[in-house]
Amino acid sequence: MIFPKWVDKVTPVLVMGAAFSMIALVFVFWYWFSPKNLNVGYQPEQPINYSHKLHAGALGIDCRYCHFTVDKAAHAAVPPTQVCMNCHEIVQTNSDEIKLVEASYSNNEPIQWVKVHTLPEHAYFNHSRHISAGVGCSECHGRIDQMEVVFQAEPLSMGWCLECHRNPNANLRPQEFITEMQWPVAESSFSVLSEQAFSVADVKALSAGKKRLFSREEVGGKIAANLNINPSQNCSACHR
Amino acid sequence: MSQDTSDSVALPRLVSGNPSFSDIARDVTAPTSGTPPSWWVIAFVAAMSLLMLYGVSVVWLVWEGVGVWGVSHPVAWGYGIINLVWWVGIGHAGTLISAVLFLCRQRWRTSINRFAEAMTLFAVVCALQFPALHTGRPWVDYFMIPVPNQMLLWPNFRSPLLWDLFAFNTYLLVSLLFWYVGLVPDLAVMRDRAKKGISKILYGVFALGWRGSARHWINYERAYLILAGIATPLVLSVHSVVSFDFAVSQLPGWHTTIFPPYFVAGAIFSGFALVVTLLIIAREVYGFKQFVTLYHIDTMNKFLLATGCMVGYAYSIEFFMAWYSGNEFERFAFVNRAFGPYAWAYWIMFCCNVFVPQLFWIKKLRRNIAVAFVISILINIGMWFERFVIIVTSLHRDFLPANWGYYIPTWVDITMYLGTFGLFFTMFLTFLRFLPMIAISEIMGIMDKANPHHASYKTDENATKQNV
Repeated sequence: MIFPKWVDKVTPVLVMGAAFSMIALVFVFWYWFSPKNLNVGYQPEQPINYSHKLHAGALGIDCRYCHFTVDKAAHAAVPPTQVCMNCHEIVQTNSDEIKLVEASYSNNEPIQWVKVHTLPEHAYFNHSRHISAGVGCSECHGRIDQMEVVFQAEPLSMGWCLECHRNPNANLRPQEFITEMQWPVAESSFSVLSEQAFSVADVKALSAGKKRLFSREEVGGKIAANLNINPSQNCSACHR
Repeated sequence: MSQDTSDSVALPRLVSGNPSFSDIARDVTAPTSGTPPSWWVIAFVAAMSLLMLYGVSVVWLVWEGVGVWGVSHPVAWGYGIINLVWWVGIGHAGTLISAVLFLCRQRWRTSINRFAEAMTLFAVVCALQFPALHTGRPWVDYFMIPVPNQMLLWPNFRSPLLWDLFAFNTYLLVSLLFWYVGLVPDLAVMRDRAKKGISKILYGVFALGWRGSARHWINYERAYLILAGIATPLVLSVHSVVSFDFAVSQLPGWHTTIFPPYFVAGAIFSGFALVVTLLIIAREVYGFKQFVTLYHIDTMNKFLLATGCMVGYAYSIEFFMAWYSGNEFERFAFVNRAFGPYAWAYWIMFCCNVFVPQLFWIKKLRRNIAVAFVISILINIGMWFERFVIIVTSLHRDFLPANWGYYIPTWVDITMYLGTFGLFFTMFLTFLRFLPMIAISEIMGIMDKANPHHASYKTDENATKQNV
């Protein structure tokens, strides 16, 4: 006899182990290597202690005041120091942080902000296209108004993009509320729906005192129908 | 008389001479023991050199991208798919010999089935190189497999190219299992004959504790039969699916309903041809003339004749259908095939595959080793050109004359093709060195003395008791 008796049990263990490892390997990649696990929560340290919670939340400054190209161009601009100085020439000038902004302004050296939301180079994304379709800022960036330091709230993976492209209605809203961090703001917000998004009949029905609230899908569905929104699922829509 | 059936029927003796069981085991395992002969070392070094050439070509391909191949507009499918279809076609002989002939009780298969199955496996491995590498980015080849992923990417199940993936991998897996199950009793022989500790252990591991008890044999026979049943439809399905790559498209010259049977016949044709080539070499250098007799070569050549006539029929009926369809594009595709810029390739194909095998109508030539060897090589050249003709001539003059072009392979195309021979022969020579190339237990089973009704059974009773 070359082998001891216990070897008999090794073969089934190896076979089962191999089958299990194949499944486990797929699971490991699908779960732990996914952007949902790896990228969500990415919160790099910024050169200046800028608080979105204060500016966008407490002060209620519109997103577009600083990121002013977001509804006009593919790229959402990171504001130059000049934008900060619009206010901070007179506001909080004694703060240590503002002194850094001041230094950047007077030395004519941009602040080296760290990019948080990165897409791969082979994916083309256009901010203005999504804004004009009615995708609110918070759909992708989360509750920026509650973040002291900005972090990535959504996976920004291809599958995540496709989920919305396949069923966009739940993420569409009227233009008036595009930068609202919470949508619907309140029940009453549905009574000031834009004519762009709703047909005249809808507005009339609402003003006639119709009590029933529309669901997000219904609102989005009407916006999609009126603006003829039909998101592409072609490879070439994003991979040009 | 009633007892002695095998003498009354004029069956050819499948094993010449009258070797004892221990002679068979000794002779078949002889190439695996002692120092390898010098021709083996030379062949192995040559195969490894080709394999290195392959490695260099692959590195260059991956480094530079598929642009280093000759494929371009309008011939976007070139050597890659030609070689894929050619290799996987060769791989068909193994299953046909081992499964279909087994179910048909063709006992002459026992001398060649192990050999042909090994050839099948290695040919399929060579074939799989091309779909894996043609993407240019082999690290994203998992895109081809339906696994859950964050991109929500899912293969296109309407594409025959995906069916290929499943067909090939099923085929590889089933062939591997079939080959391995057949090997188990022989691995036990190797284990028992092994002298060194390490080979004892290695053969022992793979022999799965085979002792040759009656219970083992019952389970073994049952498993082998089931696997033969599973493998049999694969003989037809794999190359049918390969033919769908072309037949499902709408290109004149490809969009033909005859493709599946035509491809299957061609695959068996080329597979048998390579088995004959390799078998003739092996039987000469290893002196296995008692196991692989002229009767075996003769029978194999009959298969070549039959399948050669089938592909000849397919070539002709394609022309007839092109004419009969009344479709001018279909007609053009076929006239262009035979008389256009690639006529040289078409006529190489036609001569090698249709005219040359007709020599096998003559029994003397069927039993002539030299003739069979040369013809088998010509057939493999012809079958390579068949794929070349189908793929290149259908593409090079497409619907827009402004697009017409002439496909020329680059050096990377050629070295990758030659390189797969390195891969194939490296694996094959390793197989010859480490595993019995003839199924020892099956050969013993077809001997007269293994037949309880045969006169010689009693006299050799002691030999049958030997552990096989």
